[in-house]
Amino acid sequence: MRKIVVVSAGLSDPSSTSLLATRLGDATVAALGEEAEVTHVELRPLAHALTDHLLTGFASTELARAQEAVAQADAVIAVTPVFSASYSGLFKTFFDVLETGSLDGTTVLVGATAGTARHSLVLEHALRPLFSYLHAVVVPTGVFAASEDFGGTDLERRIERAAGELATLVAARPETARLDQFDRDLAAMGDFEDLLRG
Amino acid sequence: MEYGIFTVGDVTTDPTTGRTPSEHQRIKDTVALALKAEEVGLDVFATGEHHNPPFAAPANPPVLLAHIAAKTERIKLSTSTTLITTNDPVRIAEDYAYLQHLADGRMDLMLGRGNTGPVYPWFGKDIREGIGLAIENYALLHKLWREENIDWQGKYRTPLQAFTSTPRPLDGTPPFVWHGSIRSPEIAEQAAYYGDGFFSNHIFWPAEHTARMVALYRARFEHYGHGKAEDAIVGLGGQVYLARNSQDAVREFRPYFDVAPVYGHGPSLEDFMEQTPLTVGSPQQVIERTLSFKEYAGNYQRQLFLVDHAGMPLDKVLAQLDLLGEVVAELRKHEDQPAVVEPVETPDTEGSLR
Repeated sequence: MRKIVVVSAGLSDPSSTSLLATRLGDATVAALGEEAEVTHVELRPLAHALTDHLLTGFASTELARAQEAVAQADAVIAVTPVFSASYSGLFKTFFDVLETGSLDGTTVLVGATAGTARHSLVLEHALRPLFSYLHAVVVPTGVFAASEDFGGTDLERRIERAAGELATLVAARPETARLDQFDRDLAAMGDFEDLLRG
Repeated sequence: MEYGIFTVGDVTTDPTTGRTPSEHQRIKDTVALALKAEEVGLDVFATGEHHNPPFAAPANPPVLLAHIAAKTERIKLSTSTTLITTNDPVRIAEDYAYLQHLADGRMDLMLGRGNTGPVYPWFGKDIREGIGLAIENYALLHKLWREENIDWQGKYRTPLQAFTSTPRPLDGTPPFVWHGSIRSPEIAEQAAYYGDGFFSNHIFWPAEHTARMVALYRARFEHYGHGKAEDAIVGLGGQVYLARNSQDAVREFRPYFDVAPVYGHGPSLEDFMEQTPLTVGSPQQVIERTLSFKEYAGNYQRQLFLVDHAGMPLDKVLAQLDLLGEVVAELRKHEDQPAVVEPVETPDTEGSLR
């Protein structure tokens, strides 16, 4: 069973960001053609926990659960509203406090929403570099939705195209369980006699 | 089982009065804290090592510990921690052996890697070599306390030829060493390799981190043939604020908690108590919480409490120690009860640990 995690940094309810994220998730499941489990991670309820993590260095129980879901995902769909020409601070904080290596090799579909289409390149100049840095495999098509797009039919086509690309990439990869940071550190440590030899 | 306190020696403004102690005051208060710890029946006093504001902890803990040794009769003196990365192991060997003689053996030490990156360049070291320094420096320290006329060569300091550190350990017995860490498995492995103690900082972190590190250390302690996993030598930190009743404890501690260095301005006191070993409450609550540590750490040998940080004035801290003395007297009555602990599982590392 494939694990798909949808991360949305929408703030209002209803939120166009969460709406886009949900549609991307549904389209991906439809395109995948195999059984998939979809987990939605809304960042708004985790906002305090994210700030606390910055200050204390560890995750609350709920945040740890969301982080673990992302780390174990076959695919992550990450959608943010555009704030001041980039991803929102809340969105970035979630990825700032993820344990190193959590997205190594994970297939990620990026999406963004804004009030105007003039922000559409945010996917290319902000989100794609962020996930490249995190060693994710970013799907070629990202989906940007301005307010006006929700009234048209073109958005549906772009969602299906992106979801199709994500599904193809996921289906081509074996299912693997990822070790958490502690176990990765342990596996990387090697023999103590070797460490002693320097 | 040993009970004691550990201090980081922070110079912090008291948020309830706006008063900041001078370094001189903080240093003298630290001595008073240690003397009081002995008076109320605690077994251990441990000091941090720091090299930067806002700390007035000693750069070389034996300076403070030797002074306290001269003013006390019974309490054991230790560190929390001695920086194994940036101190020359030759100086550690000699300074702590000298302390061991002055204190008639009433000492041990805990090795750590420090809490701030810039400390490395202050002593000509490279933080990227932190683990390598901890491993090589301790290998040399271990040898210096056990052998004379040493020929030694390593990566991080000049070679030694026919070198004997002085003084030799008291009665030929090297000081006992704890290795302290929050989440570096190399340090748990190091402690296990030598059959030394492993101290999990425990405070400010969720218990699951401590549980995994302690389980790793115990399994590896047995692997290296030092004894059974359940007999490995484990120490834990703890953080408490005590009052006769829990409402007063919470009311008195909250102003310190809310703006404390390290965790202030973050989670609520209630959340932090749930997520970390912090216990703010009555003596009975602290007793129950402390006894619960065994449920995930197993039977352990040393419990150190943090009682004096975040700008808490000396009179409040000394009152804390009176109550902590009562708590410890009660805890000692429970020592014969076996720990209820899950069997230690060797972590699955796909054969990378041979």
